Amino acid sequence: MSALGRKAVRDLWHLRGQALAIALVIAGGVATLVMSQSTYESLTATREQFYRQGALADLWAPLKRAPDTLLPQLAAIPGVQTAQARLLALGTLGVPGFNEPVRAEVVSLPLDGGQPLLNRVQLRSGRLPDPERDNEVVVGEACAAAHALRVGDRLRLTLRGRQRWLQVVGVGTSPEYVYQSPPGAVFPDFKRYAVLWMNRHAMEKALNMDGAFDSVTLRLLPGARAVAVIAELDPLLARYGGVGAYGRHEQTSARYLEEEMRQLQTMARLFPAIFLGVAAFLLHVVLMRLVGTQRDQIGVLKAFGYSHRALAVHYLGMAAAIALLGAALGIALGGGLGRWLAHVYQGIYRFPFLAYQLSIQAVATGVAVSLAAAAAGALMALRAAASLPPAEAMRAPAPARFGPTVIERLGLQRWLSQPARMALRDLERRPGRAAFTVLGLALACAVIMVGRFQGDAVDYMVDTQLSIAQHHDLAVSFIEPAPRRVLFELAALPGVSAAEPVRMAPVRLVHGHRSYRTTIEGLLPDARLRRPLDAQLRPITPSADGVLLTDYLQGMLALAPGDEIEVQALEGHRRLRRVRVAGLVHETIGAQGYMDLDALNRLLGDGDVVSGVLLGVLPGAEPDLYARLDRRPWVAGISSRLASVRSFYATMGESLLVFTWVAALLGGVINFGLVYNAARISLSERGRELASLRVLGMTEGEVSALLLGQLGLLVVVSLPFGFAAGWGLCWLMVQGFQSELFRIPIRLTTATYAFAGLMVLGASVVSALLVRRRIARLDLIAVLKTRE
Amino acid sequence: MALATPLSATEPVFRARGLTKTYRMGEVEVPALRGVDLDLYRGEFVVLLGPSGSGKSTLLNILGGLDLPTAGEVWYEGHHLTGASERELTLFRREHVGFVFQFYNLIPSLTARENVAIVTELAGQPMTPEEALARVDLADRMDHFPAQLSGGQQQRVAIARAIAKRPAVLLCDEPTGALDSATGVRVLEALERVNAELGTTTVVITHNADIARMAHRVLYLGDGRIVREERNAQRMPAAELHW
Repeated sequence: MSALGRKAVRDLWHLRGQALAIALVIAGGVATLVMSQSTYESLTATREQFYRQGALADLWAPLKRAPDTLLPQLAAIPGVQTAQARLLALGTLGVPGFNEPVRAEVVSLPLDGGQPLLNRVQLRSGRLPDPERDNEVVVGEACAAAHALRVGDRLRLTLRGRQRWLQVVGVGTSPEYVYQSPPGAVFPDFKRYAVLWMNRHAMEKALNMDGAFDSVTLRLLPGARAVAVIAELDPLLARYGGVGAYGRHEQTSARYLEEEMRQLQTMARLFPAIFLGVAAFLLHVVLMRLVGTQRDQIGVLKAFGYSHRALAVHYLGMAAAIALLGAALGIALGGGLGRWLAHVYQGIYRFPFLAYQLSIQAVATGVAVSLAAAAAGALMALRAAASLPPAEAMRAPAPARFGPTVIERLGLQRWLSQPARMALRDLERRPGRAAFTVLGLALACAVIMVGRFQGDAVDYMVDTQLSIAQHHDLAVSFIEPAPRRVLFELAALPGVSAAEPVRMAPVRLVHGHRSYRTTIEGLLPDARLRRPLDAQLRPITPSADGVLLTDYLQGMLALAPGDEIEVQALEGHRRLRRVRVAGLVHETIGAQGYMDLDALNRLLGDGDVVSGVLLGVLPGAEPDLYARLDRRPWVAGISSRLASVRSFYATMGESLLVFTWVAALLGGVINFGLVYNAARISLSERGRELASLRVLGMTEGEVSALLLGQLGLLVVVSLPFGFAAGWGLCWLMVQGFQSELFRIPIRLTTATYAFAGLMVLGASVVSALLVRRRIARLDLIAVLKTRE
Repeated sequence: MALATPLSATEPVFRARGLTKTYRMGEVEVPALRGVDLDLYRGEFVVLLGPSGSGKSTLLNILGGLDLPTAGEVWYEGHHLTGASERELTLFRREHVGFVFQFYNLIPSLTARENVAIVTELAGQPMTPEEALARVDLADRMDHFPAQLSGGQQQRVAIARAIAKRPAVLLCDEPTGALDSATGVRVLEALERVNAELGTTTVVITHNADIARMAHRVLYLGDGRIVREERNAQRMPAAELHW
């Protein structure tokens, strides 16, 4: 190794504390990049592979009842490759040891006992039901895991009011139910929602559907246009109660998954860009200052004939070593975090396997960006040092120009101690450097806030949607719209304290060339259990002469209050009507319409019907009520509002918490790297000055206060900027997350600001304490003996 | 030991005419040189004597290609230094000049041997770092780091570093300035030996008049000008100096 190479190695070793601090910041940036990109690529690859293996359908068409003889006609539609008829029913599952109802979506398997042609069941354990036996069932893997169900366990299924005992013969999943959330809910609830696969024969008997089907799934030929197929399919099914076929982009699981992937991709692009940008910027600043402290050595080397090029290679090598160390740490950390994150997502999406792969592109990008940042920082610093003639470089820099600060010019100096004046003048003399430090600290604070923000946002969403807007205990839904009088039947059940009718009408809203498939919820004008809210979270009365729409639809359908829209009913008489938009409802989850119940019924012309009832329930009365509701054949499902909130937090809470701490850790690392390096560099630049002050009689504490107080001031000044940057960063992230499924609101709690502020202060104190140990070790005599 | 005027005193190694240098230190303009004419000859041992601020270091730095004059010209063996590019100056320093600084300017992270090696690795036909260190009596300290050496030892490492590439010119800025008398004498002995044995043109800056007695020629600087020039008819060996 050349002498210059050895110098590089030893200098790095000497600067190991600072080098490590920088490397950690880089590691944070690279880790974020590798983590999110790897997770995104892995999940996308996993999804594609699973869809292919499981033969996910291209079109779904729900209907009421059609004879099996219709199927060949459907399969003959040009563009259709495969058509699979099946039965689909909602029921209630009784799981021994769990005294809440579990909503079950039951899917029929072909009569011959084999796999369906489309949406195949991927068995995790056990087998498919024997076609000869009607009491065998395959349980969805998510629910099976939530209740620790195994092959051989027995379950009680209520379908159309009739109970039967079933034996679990398999546990599995299908590409159709990757994201399993109960109908109408946004978040998964594995304990209270299950997918079951049963023999077609058994279901035909239970539903009284001999030789008939109520759902068809289709696979299209390559190149076939879904719109064209739907145009032929819908009229064929209309007379059998078809409510319109839809594609993958409207299929619940596929749609959610697509949305989640899109969000993940936004995160994979935006978040690392911010983080790596901060890391690059820090590396740049710190290396500038680091090379600056070697100004005299650069002078000597130049005096002996080392060229700029040789020196550039030398310092670039040092910078690259730090960057590569950081990148290596980051790749290892990001790979591990990515694997963990993909695992967390897999727990939510229930893929049967995970094709985890470290993103080569992310690794390459991470290394390249780190190296570029290191090179830019080192080269700019070197240019500053090397542009000086060697004689001048070896001389100590001319005493810097100091002057009275703004504060002193304002005549406030009598309030300032001598050390405070020194600190202020130093800051004012190098405003750029101070500004960089403040900016870096602010970004660290912002990163920490982003970590907490998700939790805040979810709290707000749950709070507004599930607490302020909803007050019911149980929501009971019916198999099909029922006469209004069932309300009185349910209201009279023991334990029911309040009952309000609701009609959820599936519709397609059309405005101009835009359309959206959703539901209009008909509510009583004086409803108390379910109230749409305006932007100020005040309840709005559902309108009798118009429809209230979720505010998000305003942009989606390009409409404004007062406009007329077309409402195409997707059930009953399937009427097409024009309705005025009466106002907007503020909602963070979902996108739908609200109307006065009577007005809605008049509009759709299906008579005075309701599709469900919201119940207030007396404490302790629920188990008995479940049993009573379960016996009613027209009850399709029962869901408990509080139980789903609790379940949501149980599913998501842990990952939100971990995310908070990972972001806090990364922010803390940035913060530490910045403060520690700033302090170490100040110490090396001002060592002589500080030692002189010690010789003149200042205590160690006073000298430390001088050096660290200045940094402390910057830390404090950075906080408001950090809070603003944090808000901005959250805003930036949220922009990519908006969809009709949910909108993440920018609500940051005081606790989040406090948390970020305390993390910043804490990380600063730790780095300050490390540097203070060095101040204690200042060699006074040696410092004063060296050259000026 | 040859204590007379060197033989090849005919053609100057360095020729400087009308050198002027003004520094800008913060808001103040400091004139360091105000028109210096100078010739230096091969094998000469020249002492530049003068009080602080007389312009000694500035003159030396310009001769060594470390700094550029505000006005005036310098030639080194026919090379026009004042018109040279940064690259040419780098090559000039690399091939022809050795420097010794008052505060040694050793690289703290390298051992004595490596501090010499950092220069020999650049040179065409250098002596080995071991030989260079032996010439300054530091053969037994080669693997010590600067922080483990005394000031005199560090300065001798700096001399070894300067002579190891066999430069034609050795420029020394207050080489004993930070040293006590006895240590300083050892450093001067090393310089004297190098001058005699290798024929290196040696320029030593000092404000210590005693050191002038070992020179062939003494130039007195004052206020940015050469105010007087003396030639020692009889040089005193460095070993006999004390102050």
